[in-house]
Amino acid sequence: MSDTAQSFPTRVDISLTVNGEPVDARVDVSRHLVDFLRLDLGLTGAHAGCEHGVCGACTLQVDGEIVRGCLMLAAQLDGAEVWTVEGLTETGALADLQAAFVERNALQCGFCTPGMLFAAADILAQGGQPSRVAIREHISGNYCRCTGYEAVVDAIETVAGARARGEEVSA
Amino acid sequence: MQPDGTREAPAAAALASVGQSLPHDSAIRHVSGSAVYVDDIREPAGTLHVVPGWARDATRGRIVSLDLDPVRAHPGVVAVIGPADIPGKNDVSPALGDEPMFAEEEILFWGQPLFAVVATTREAARHAARKARIEVEDLPPLLTVEDALAADETVLPDYQFRKGSPETGLATASHLMEGSLRIGGQEHFYLEGQVSLAVPGEDGDMFVHTSSQHPSETQHIIARVLAVPDAAVTVEVRRMGGGFGGKESQANHWAAIAAIAARATGRPCKLRLDRDDDMIMTGKRHDFRVDWKLGHDAEGLLRVVDMRLFARCGYSADLSLGVVDRSMFHADSSYYYPDAMIHSRRLKTHTCSNTAFRGFGGPQGMLAAERMMDALAIRLGVDPLDLRKRNFYREGRDVTPYGMKVEEHATLHAIVDQLEESSDYRRRRQEIASFNASSPILKKGLALTPVKFGISFTLKHLNQAGALVHLYTDGSIHLNHGGTEMGQGLFQKVAQIVAEEFGVTLDKVKITATHTGKVPNTGPTAASSGTDLNGMAAKIAAETIRNRLVAFAAERYQVPPDAISFADNSVQLGERSMTLGELAREAHLARIQLSAAGFYATPNITWDRPSASGRPFFYFAYGAACSEVTVDTMTGEMRVDRVDILHDVGRSLNPAIDIGQIEGGFVQGMGWLTTEELVWDDRGRLRTHAPSTYKIPTASDVPEDFRVTLYASAGNPSPTVYRSKAVGEPPVMLAISVFSAIYDALASLNPGTIPDLDAPATPEAILHAVLSMKRSRAG
Ligand code: FES
Ligand code: FES
Repeated sequence: MSDTAQSFPTRVDISLTVNGEPVDARVDVSRHLVDFLRLDLGLTGAHAGCEHGVCGACTLQVDGEIVRGCLMLAAQLDGAEVWTVEGLTETGALADLQAAFVERNALQCGFCTPGMLFAAADILAQGGQPSRVAIREHISGNYCRCTGYEAVVDAIETVAGARARGEEVSA
Repeated sequence: MQPDGTREAPAAAALASVGQSLPHDSAIRHVSGSAVYVDDIREPAGTLHVVPGWARDATRGRIVSLDLDPVRAHPGVVAVIGPADIPGKNDVSPALGDEPMFAEEEILFWGQPLFAVVATTREAARHAARKARIEVEDLPPLLTVEDALAADETVLPDYQFRKGSPETGLATASHLMEGSLRIGGQEHFYLEGQVSLAVPGEDGDMFVHTSSQHPSETQHIIARVLAVPDAAVTVEVRRMGGGFGGKESQANHWAAIAAIAARATGRPCKLRLDRDDDMIMTGKRHDFRVDWKLGHDAEGLLRVVDMRLFARCGYSADLSLGVVDRSMFHADSSYYYPDAMIHSRRLKTHTCSNTAFRGFGGPQGMLAAERMMDALAIRLGVDPLDLRKRNFYREGRDVTPYGMKVEEHATLHAIVDQLEESSDYRRRRQEIASFNASSPILKKGLALTPVKFGISFTLKHLNQAGALVHLYTDGSIHLNHGGTEMGQGLFQKVAQIVAEEFGVTLDKVKITATHTGKVPNTGPTAASSGTDLNGMAAKIAAETIRNRLVAFAAERYQVPPDAISFADNSVQLGERSMTLGELAREAHLARIQLSAAGFYATPNITWDRPSASGRPFFYFAYGAACSEVTVDTMTGEMRVDRVDILHDVGRSLNPAIDIGQIEGGFVQGMGWLTTEELVWDDRGRLRTHAPSTYKIPTASDVPEDFRVTLYASAGNPSPTVYRSKAVGEPPVMLAISVFSAIYDALASLNPGTIPDLDAPATPEAILHAVLSMKRSRAG
């Protein structure tokens, strides 16, 4: 901390829920959400890719909205409801999408995958059958250097179709 | 091996695991966030964080003074390490001793580390690293190909292939043509940046978790800087979040710094590069200028090619020997040059040291050859595809500029013919011509380009691999080999091969992290050869154990060996059947060894670099792509409308993984040739050192209509593992079709005029080319 910051608190107390569990923590005001989850809570599913807010590897859910974990500060989270890929895996909320990603090989190194799943879940939450163009557009804030996206778009399209028809996607 | 190209692979036996479209070995863990990357490993208590420090105002210069006291004084800093803290050699280069871990006297590029800060948090280390007071006496840097040519500075000697008599060819060809092409580099942008965690052990041991494609080299370099025997250092790599060549040699430096920090402090030390530092400090795909000259006849048949490849290598040699050799090996693309001069210079500049990147120089050589084809077709007013086909390797016209015969040209012809058909090339060519005739602003372009990519390391000794397989008495199998997993699906393919050998399902095969203590002295996972080499080594290890079991069981149960088979998770012994675990237990009680090391060395490669003779490649992988683009001639914007790909993977070990490699490789290549532009300013500072300024393809940049098909191959004629073919790198070069299609669209502006377009074809470059086409039409 610089000398001018002396009059400001450098640590704050926050109370929130993470994956449905209550968490009370005292965090450094400069602690980013992704570091808070990874380093303080040991939840490493959200990845630090660029730490610039560009690649999307750190994407997760706060109060129902997808956010960049590397741009948000933990200090902003008092009272928030945070979901990470670990939590949504446990609740099964992403099960059909995860199965479709596995099935269509929509991942290679997998580093982008947790973030990509959140972006995908977000467009699926809007319901209906989005066009491929709309899917591409929606996930264009999430980089994948491996797959070329075709498989990712296929997987999302499949799940949208299955959900629209009220079907289950099998693994 | 028969030299006549007529070999047939043996008919495919019925296989259970091999050839199945199984998901990536870690797919379930990837989607649930439980796959552990280096940065996810639970840090041991007391772990410190390391950040390299550098002079932000210096590109090239003499270090006059370096005051690190302010760095040491920063809260949280535990140690600051520099050259004096290196017990061994201050050198992290792969071979030539030209890459100091910390610059001591002279800074050679903007971003070169001078020291490293070790602190209790990464934050603290990052802040502290900026506090050094560094005084540098600037020297004029060499930045461009032209700077280096003028200064005659190279990192390695020039090298050339000569075929026939190029001088005579150029003197006697009825028609001559020449041109020059600049080819940009490429940042790897692996989503997971460079990262290492070094944990000191007893007796000077060091254990390092790292994200490296070449754990053995990382081990050897750490031992070199620590001045300990190789045996004291163990390197483990479970998975990388992408590599693409950018972690072949470039991971070593950071692992070595982490190890030095761990040695200096006696505590575990982690170094994860900040993304800007990563982009500034690590090497990239080489950028080139290629000057070409060709002689041809009235029909466009090539008589002679003279190509000069000028590669910007950066401040050190790194892997530039092999990279630029591979550019030369692919300077023919798929075309027969009766006489040829392929000359290369490895230029030294004061920029980061360029390195391996998927394709390893091959893409640049091929791009130059395809440019020659496009330019010549425009000049002659013929369809570029016809010109390409006319010049393809074929019977009697099948010797490359480096003397190796192209045996499998029939595959090349078949792929191109089939794709021409399935992509409806001829009809679309007509449609595009009429579209362009009636569309003044938007112009379409179409191109169908081939890929022929040589498989094997051209450094002969790298073509070897080891594997270690254990069968436990419960029937479970431990699989280890020297290849590393960076997302390409290597681990799953090798596991499929081992499962096949034992006749078990994949859940019986435990895939384990690459570990220098299990399989030593390995080559890098590179050159697309991961599966060819490690798959074969693992197969040999599994066969060894299986053969021991067969010999044992034949005697124990008095059945002929050929009546013993392994399938469906059981072993059939004549009439009797038992599980693999039961047989393993019995064999164990009879004191039969249930562990084996496998070793494989690629046969039939005889390349001798000094004499530029022999056979560098075991075989070629082939493919072709047809791309259609639309260019907006007002803005320079470009859209890829449709891409059709037909690609040869021999007999696929895993079609799903292979198709993923093709889709991903194509898009990565497309990024290289379109949106990904590296910009250095006139002081040698990389201006595009963050994803905000360096643009890799996103989902909205990829083709609307993307059709990828595997070529129906009868199998690799060369005896590879299950007659498969390597697939890692070749698809990158399928993207040359996009670059050629853009060129085609530009050419439509003024038929007969050769457009002036370098790579990457950014909107700016396209607009520039459009304007010069319009000027030439007006003029
Ligand atoms: S790490 Fe947050 S966007 Fe890249
Ligand atoms: S799978 Fe590697 S970045 Fe997407």
